[in-house]
Amino acid sequence: MQMVDLSVRIGSLALKNPVMPASGCFSHEFGQVFDLDRLGALVTKSVTPKLRKGNAIPRVAEVSQGMLNSIGIPSKGILHYVNDVVPLYAAYSSPLVASVSADTVAEFADAAAALSVPGVAAIEANISCPNLEADGRAFAMMPDTTRAAVAAIRRRTPLPVWAKLTPNTGDIKAVALAAQDAGADAIVVANTILGMSINVTTFRPTLGNVMGGLSGPAIKPIALRLVFQCAEVVSIPIIGCGGISTGADVVEFMLAGATAVQVGTASFIHADAMMRILEELRAFCDARGIDRVADLVHKARVEHEPIEW
Amino acid sequence: MSIAQPIHAPADFPVADVQCTVRANRAVNDRYRHLVLEAPPPLCRATPGQFFHLLCPPAAGDEPFLRRPMSVYRIAPEERAIEFLYNVVGAGTRALARLTAGDTMSVMGPLGVGFTIAPAHRHVLMVARGVGLATMAPVVPWARRRGIRVTAVLSARAPEDLMEREFTQREEVRVYPVFDRDASSDVGRVETLLRAILDQDRPDAMFTCGSNRLMTLLQRLGLEYGVPGEIALEQQMACALGVCLCCVRPIRAGGAIVHKRVCCEGPVFDLQQVAGTWRHG
Repeated sequence: MQMVDLSVRIGSLALKNPVMPASGCFSHEFGQVFDLDRLGALVTKSVTPKLRKGNAIPRVAEVSQGMLNSIGIPSKGILHYVNDVVPLYAAYSSPLVASVSADTVAEFADAAAALSVPGVAAIEANISCPNLEADGRAFAMMPDTTRAAVAAIRRRTPLPVWAKLTPNTGDIKAVALAAQDAGADAIVVANTILGMSINVTTFRPTLGNVMGGLSGPAIKPIALRLVFQCAEVVSIPIIGCGGISTGADVVEFMLAGATAVQVGTASFIHADAMMRILEELRAFCDARGIDRVADLVHKARVEHEPIEW
Repeated sequence: MSIAQPIHAPADFPVADVQCTVRANRAVNDRYRHLVLEAPPPLCRATPGQFFHLLCPPAAGDEPFLRRPMSVYRIAPEERAIEFLYNVVGAGTRALARLTAGDTMSVMGPLGVGFTIAPAHRHVLMVARGVGLATMAPVVPWARRRGIRVTAVLSARAPEDLMEREFTQREEVRVYPVFDRDASSDVGRVETLLRAILDQDRPDAMFTCGSNRLMTLLQRLGLEYGVPGEIALEQQMACALGVCLCCVRPIRAGGAIVHKRVCCEGPVFDLQQVAGTWRHG
């Protein structure tokens, strides 16, 4: 039996398979549980130019089929990342993707330049974070701030740039197009959905930061819809992200238009979730006689054009 | 007897995620239950104070999404067993309570940093409150096997909640029970008791778990008497491997207060380094 070809291309970057971790849900500690070299790429937690302590505790709360988190991007800065984090991944052949976040367009650009060092294969711009020049609204909530941030990063790095979009926008297609126009090599769709919960015994919000990001299977249909909408308008690869926890979920996202996927919360339930997902994806392709997983991309059989709400 | 099968646990990966079979799951008293799991050797490598991350199977309306970190109550390699004492307080422990012998559940571990007992120790003092007693219990046989004397102050709401036998496990331990019901667990009275112990038979180390008020008291007495100590902390967790940064607590380090991860830099910390108390729930 011929082996299924799981490889995919994200622009100039060839990945051995389409499964990679979501930023914030991965670090080298997973090497205690499985061989990190089996992953399509290694995406690290967002690093910021400013040192950050992170948010108040509790930082996590459970909800139905998902979790809320508000970690607050604790960061030891770009230099620490370049000097102490990048070398941790030198032994692995899977490409290292450095996620970066910043308060302003200029800081984003400077940080992307500083992160463009040997050992880093791509920059993921986490533009889902608050923009201090726009009353704290996330860059990726609006096309113009998306365009400004991605264009500034694009000018300062020779590496592929992935723009990580937020679901907390009313116009995902316009935001995705803005990222593409500004020179992004790929878009990651999407990030956590802003939410909150309150303990009815104590009347206190469950998170120290009151509001936080919802993730897990609870958000999968929303993330899938966002991928589908983006795939209708962009020509650059889409990396799907949101509630993926099985091989069938990967197939679903690829059919909707994703070329690769990121897995986050599922790795907190089973640390080796990405290994299980890869095995399930391979088994699916075997069972369906699919030779190349890339053949699944954007192959959803849509028989009637959906009405846009 | 079925043998627990590793799901993905090659020998070169130190943390195992294993589907374990339940051997027993019984009520100890009105509030606490005792869970015994069949455990292969990698899980029995646990040391006192370490914990396991339990995936509680959905049961009767409870669908716990995240795993639950639970410190190990008893480690029995010769019986291929790990055991837990737990209080039924929420969706996770309600689901746990419904497991019966023969059921299986996913167990990841052992995880975290446990208690440190130096070879030179001759006498240790343990101060436990409520379910914190379960976290500290494995220190007892561990210390007794090394000829270390154990004195324990066990604090509970009422005598029927105190799991003295579960704590001592037939080992020789000098136990001072204190209760809310007769006010003997008041911090002032516990302080008098601890001062008497420290004055008459000073321990080489103090271990505690389960109460902010007892932690603050032991920090003060530890400094005054020059006795080092350790405390096992708890915190809401997601990954339990040091990845997600959810479970941090403020800890003193090098003149500053920093966030340390309870899952992998704890759950056992130096008593004097824990900064501030924590409100649960």
